[in-house]
Amino acid sequence: MANLQSNFLGIKSPNPFWLASAPPTDKKINVLRAFEAGWGGVVWKTLGSQIKNVSSRYSAIGYNGRRAVGFNNIELISDRPLEINLKEIIEVLKLFPDRAMVVSLMADNDRDSWHEMVKKVEDTGAHGIELNFGCPHGMVERGMGAAVGQDPEIAKMVVEWVMEVATIPIITKLTPNVHSVVPGAIAAIEGGTNGLSLINTIQSITGIDLDTLVPNPNVGGQSVYGGYCGPAVKPIALKFLTTLSQDEKINQVPISGIGGITTWKDAAEFMLLGASNVQVCTAAMVSGFKIITDLCDGLNNWMDEKGYKTIDDFIGLSVPKITKWEELDLNFHIVANINQDKCIHCGLCYIACEDTSHQAINIERGNPYNNYTINEPECVGCNLCQIVCPVTECITMVEQRKGDESINWIEFQKRGLKLNDH
Amino acid sequence: MAISNNRLTKEQYIQNFSDIHPPFEHPEGAIIEANRCLNCYDAPCTKSCPTSIDVPLFIRQISTDNLKGSAKTILSSNIMGAACSKVCPVEKLCEGACVYNLLDEKPIEIAKLQRYSAEKAIINNWKLFERKQAIGKKVAIVGAGPAGLACAHALAKEGIDVTIFEKESKGGGLMTYGVAAYKVSDKLCDDEVDFILSIGGIEVKYNKTLGIDFSIADLQKQFDAVFLGIGVGIANTLNIPGEDLEGVEDAISFIYDIRTKNHNSIKIGDKVAVIGMGMTAIDAATQSKRLGAEEVIMIYRRTENEKPCTQVELDIAKLDGCSFIWLASPKEIRGENGKVKSIVCNKMELGEPDASGRKSPIETGETFEIEVDMVIKATGQMPYLDIINQSEVKNNKGKILIDKSNSTNLKGVFAGGDAVNGGKEVVDAVQAGKDAAKAILEYLI
Repeated sequence: MANLQSNFLGIKSPNPFWLASAPPTDKKINVLRAFEAGWGGVVWKTLGSQIKNVSSRYSAIGYNGRRAVGFNNIELISDRPLEINLKEIIEVLKLFPDRAMVVSLMADNDRDSWHEMVKKVEDTGAHGIELNFGCPHGMVERGMGAAVGQDPEIAKMVVEWVMEVATIPIITKLTPNVHSVVPGAIAAIEGGTNGLSLINTIQSITGIDLDTLVPNPNVGGQSVYGGYCGPAVKPIALKFLTTLSQDEKINQVPISGIGGITTWKDAAEFMLLGASNVQVCTAAMVSGFKIITDLCDGLNNWMDEKGYKTIDDFIGLSVPKITKWEELDLNFHIVANINQDKCIHCGLCYIACEDTSHQAINIERGNPYNNYTINEPECVGCNLCQIVCPVTECITMVEQRKGDESINWIEFQKRGLKLNDH
Repeated sequence: MAISNNRLTKEQYIQNFSDIHPPFEHPEGAIIEANRCLNCYDAPCTKSCPTSIDVPLFIRQISTDNLKGSAKTILSSNIMGAACSKVCPVEKLCEGACVYNLLDEKPIEIAKLQRYSAEKAIINNWKLFERKQAIGKKVAIVGAGPAGLACAHALAKEGIDVTIFEKESKGGGLMTYGVAAYKVSDKLCDDEVDFILSIGGIEVKYNKTLGIDFSIADLQKQFDAVFLGIGVGIANTLNIPGEDLEGVEDAISFIYDIRTKNHNSIKIGDKVAVIGMGMTAIDAATQSKRLGAEEVIMIYRRTENEKPCTQVELDIAKLDGCSFIWLASPKEIRGENGKVKSIVCNKMELGEPDASGRKSPIETGETFEIEVDMVIKATGQMPYLDIINQSEVKNNKGKILIDKSNSTNLKGVFAGGDAVNGGKEVVDAVQAGKDAAKAILEYLI
């Protein structure tokens, strides 16, 4: 059995799975249910000045009959009285002292307000504070949330205010609604943040009701941009995460990975790209807290299989494997191979290659089944046929190097080698 | 033992003859199944459909909530696509070719999906087709069965004025009169005919019989072209002693009665023997059971391996509680007071393959006798030889001969469907009607 224990800036939790700051962590009753189910920690839903929410609040997109592959919300920070939230945090800490309790904060945009909020949270005995610089809706108009995160100078200033009084670890949560998350991360580190987390939600419109013509979610006939999350955002989050992990100034602080994490595989990927732990929200909202069982179990089994004893054994291992395009080996070449014993003759590889790629698949018409083979000289090794093939390991990509030597684009140009294979 | 009607309660009749092909109850079911479809290229399902329905397209249209588009995709290829989705032996056609079979997974429920959109089009009478302006050409069609209706629809669409002559009082042919009631409802058959006719330009003259009310020569004079879609109709006889006893029926008439009369008025025996193992034999056997027969025995001269019906059909008969005697051929029906009392059969064994490629049944010399009070003959149908022979139409024992352009030897007279092929699936007849329409258009324009 691998050890799933996580230590994020000294905040310990029995596993690296925290529930992100969101509706599932808004109340004692929810958080208790989460801890009973086995979650390692929570980031309590953002505390701040009093707000008012609207109805409805969520919308989602489905794909191929599967619901909520992308999720969107226009809910604001906690709409409950601050005193109740603080009281409940104390009560939960007493009941589950072994779990991570981090509290998300978004104070009004002045030094005193931040000081006051930080102190109030610290008085609860919470283990850490996450600064919400990412909420893309509602608070921005009041100069908070993403309005802070999108401006590195303001972000740095607010972090500095916080660090003036903070005695527990401070995590700054970054918005993805920027060209690059790197300047904001550097600003937060310069301001003194102890750790980072990302991504917050991405501004979005999930769709339109084609009968009423009102985009979703419908609030009395109108809508606004919401924050997008769920499985659909994972690849974007992984990219943002990696840009932080690769930056020498930034990767000195731990990063909590967030963005569409649904399965243990997703979690492993975030951690391989440098996240010290992960935060989950949409998957729990769509399927309930019980998903923690497989998140832990799946990660554990994978770690056992790979020989990783603790999560630190694999955090960041894939970061060096992301390089710049011009450093890729141009002599590396693969071609598709169709296993005829596994082929079910659906023709999806053929039509994908024929219509949209390199006409590298031969067809031999039959009734009712056609046979398909690879025309190797035409195959560029793009993977498309393998991606569309519905049968596991039917199409494999076989290495056929163009030369023994590894040669990248810089070297290629230097030597004045010939362009255009075709 | 006795033959009698009114064996069941009203509720039992309703239960026994209700649709065995329920639709997807909820859109979710259809959408989940539609999304399972891989959308194959040059799809084996489409290639295995006699009418070449673009199956991946109509399924994709269900998955994108484009039901009208889906129905049009189906009905453009097969105007009787709704009923075919209930009577086609899909396990031999589209579903049998589904690539999921090669993964040893359940094939896509193509027929059920086809019903989902096509049936909606029929029931709600969606206006999917538009007739071109009349071009002043008249075509007579004999028979409002699948071939005739498909031909009529295709011609009317192109602006031809069509007159159909039908010997029955309703259209649909085999669909309306010749398949088990639990497979297609009378209502759907009526709605389907109405839907086909709703394109306009088609007049149906019901209760008009070729050879009695008019001749092919009459039609040749009055119309620019003629299509013969008269099907087959007369049940083959067994040519054994006792066929004239009370209690011996042919399956065609038996099913016709079930489809046209109240179920409680249909008489059935306590112990019924059904001779044959084709689709019609199955329909006769299962419906005998569903009418309240205590015991139904299907008798077939070869083994289960050579059966002409599909496994799905055989399973329906098994589930209905029918029993089977393989390798037996009727020798004599014995009676008492003019009524059936027993059937004597030859025991058979399999010999060398015959013309059909199946092993031929050979008499062993042994016989056995079983007590029954009713015998239903379902050993195939004969073409309307006498009617055909009243004309100059060239034929082979009643089966009309046509050339590559679906034309008979008579100028402007075309033919297709069971009348030509001797009896195949409804879907084959639809395609024959389409082919003939194409040929007629080429002939006329």
